[in-house]
Amino acid sequence: MPAAHQIDIHHVATLARLTLTEDEAVRYAAQLDGILTYIDTLTRYNLDGVEPTAHAMPVYDVLRADEARPGFTQDQALSNAPKRTADQFQISKVIE
Amino acid sequence: MLASSTITALRQQITAGEITPRDIVLDVAKSIDARNTEIGAYLSWDVESALAAADRADIKKPLGGIPIGVKDNMNVAGEPCTCGSRILAENYSAPYDAGAIQRLRSAGAIPFGRLNMDEFAMGSSTENSALGITRNPRDITRVPGGSSGGSAAAVAGDLAIAALGSDTGGSIRQPASLCGCVGIKPTYGRVSRYGLVAFASSLDQIGPLTKTVEDAALMLNHLCGYDAHDSTSLNVDVPDFTAAIGQDIKGLRIGLPKEYYISGIHAGVSASIQAAIKQLESLGAIIEEISLPHTELGVATYYVLAPAEASANLARFDGVRYGHRSGNAGDLMEHYTRSRAEGFGPEVKRRILLGTYVLSSGYYDAYYIRAQKARTLIRNDFTEAFKHVDVILSPTSPTPAHKLGEMKDNPLAAYLEDVFTIPVNLAGLPGISVPCGNVEVDGIALPIGLQIIGKALDESTVLRVAHAFEQSR
Repeated sequence: MPAAHQIDIHHVATLARLTLTEDEAVRYAAQLDGILTYIDTLTRYNLDGVEPTAHAMPVYDVLRADEARPGFTQDQALSNAPKRTADQFQISKVIE
Repeated sequence: MLASSTITALRQQITAGEITPRDIVLDVAKSIDARNTEIGAYLSWDVESALAAADRADIKKPLGGIPIGVKDNMNVAGEPCTCGSRILAENYSAPYDAGAIQRLRSAGAIPFGRLNMDEFAMGSSTENSALGITRNPRDITRVPGGSSGGSAAAVAGDLAIAALGSDTGGSIRQPASLCGCVGIKPTYGRVSRYGLVAFASSLDQIGPLTKTVEDAALMLNHLCGYDAHDSTSLNVDVPDFTAAIGQDIKGLRIGLPKEYYISGIHAGVSASIQAAIKQLESLGAIIEEISLPHTELGVATYYVLAPAEASANLARFDGVRYGHRSGNAGDLMEHYTRSRAEGFGPEVKRRILLGTYVLSSGYYDAYYIRAQKARTLIRNDFTEAFKHVDVILSPTSPTPAHKLGEMKDNPLAAYLEDVFTIPVNLAGLPGISVPCGNVEVDGIALPIGLQIIGKALDESTVLRVAHAFEQSR
């Protein structure tokens, strides 16, 4: 059955920061197509003029007092780092 | 055996000086040792630290000395928090207590043991855990449901007194239903999400899985409440939920949504629910048919919004600050893409891809905004219905527990099983699953759950109906 949705799975995977094998790419593209076909149920209803809901129990403008409060020490913050150096997170080189 | 007892009963025995918190922890540990190899409810448990906590427990507190199992997606200081994923399984040790854990500790409870779950709570069978299989204690060839499958299996199998779960689309209620225990998802915002690893932030809610409705009410008393660390936490009064226990339901109006009682429900489930409706009627409740006309949109709406939120939330797993880091990456981009590809399992990847797609340029309005609009219609359906009734009844799940592996390779079919639980999360309402009978399949009695949905912040009425029903059986 031809795909109903034109999904550029490699582009989506790049946006999602995921490496996919060729097998995965084929499988996920087909599965996403099936799921999106089901999701197209939403197009059967006229939703013009309906306000979108982001939260069922909305709470607005949540600000805390601008006061210092205790937080993690540097050691605590780094305690789960896969790689650290000189009390910092270590990442791959980004500048030549 | 203390492990098969309830919080309420054990608290009485502790107060009467008949047993100590240490006795309870040891008995639960014994039960885990005896049965966890078979059931696979726990991923890890630290008896020594639980015993140390038991020995210093303040037994005058309302949950004093009671060990509570914790789904492995809530941070408990010094313990693992794997989320059932390889990406967090290697070295992660929680640097702090989640808000719900802080509250339980303040009430005297002892967090004990880490319970298996579908990876990042994505699934309804716990088969998506990368770290092991959990089996249904009623029939070990069947799934426990999910995603809080470890929590439900532990409570129903007497490997825990009670447990915490989290519910994004049914993940407390559905496993409670399939294993035969009580599980309640409170109103969105009732329980702090601080320290709960986020799946879909606008839907996630923590709640208890227990052996009785009374225990659920007692735990809710000590889980609910405002937390400044969670910007969606509701700053509202928390009633004494146990006050609802034991009140009758004469004259209470119960709605049956005509859209929920349709084909596709297992005959055994249907029969149990019909019997439950008669039972509630005999207790004096008034049964009315109602309509939730946009029910059909629930699953589709959820499978846009939840993956969209998940794709953003799971962006934090970048192999830099915590979690798996690929040993085999060149530049920074490869570091991200490989660490994530190696760390996440298939269902998580599927949902991240789906969520990324519906949020991507050109599809955002067509999927994401459209789903948010559909969410409004679903929410309005409930608002309208609750003008006429006090609670709404449905099956928790359209089927009893499946065989392990039965739903493999058919993600959409698995998603459709969440049809009765998902709308409750989309509308932010409280919902409970309470055991309402069994259906015999292959000679084994499999549990069925009755879902009772309430108005926002009206957990008390939900618990009152659930308790009246539980006691009348």
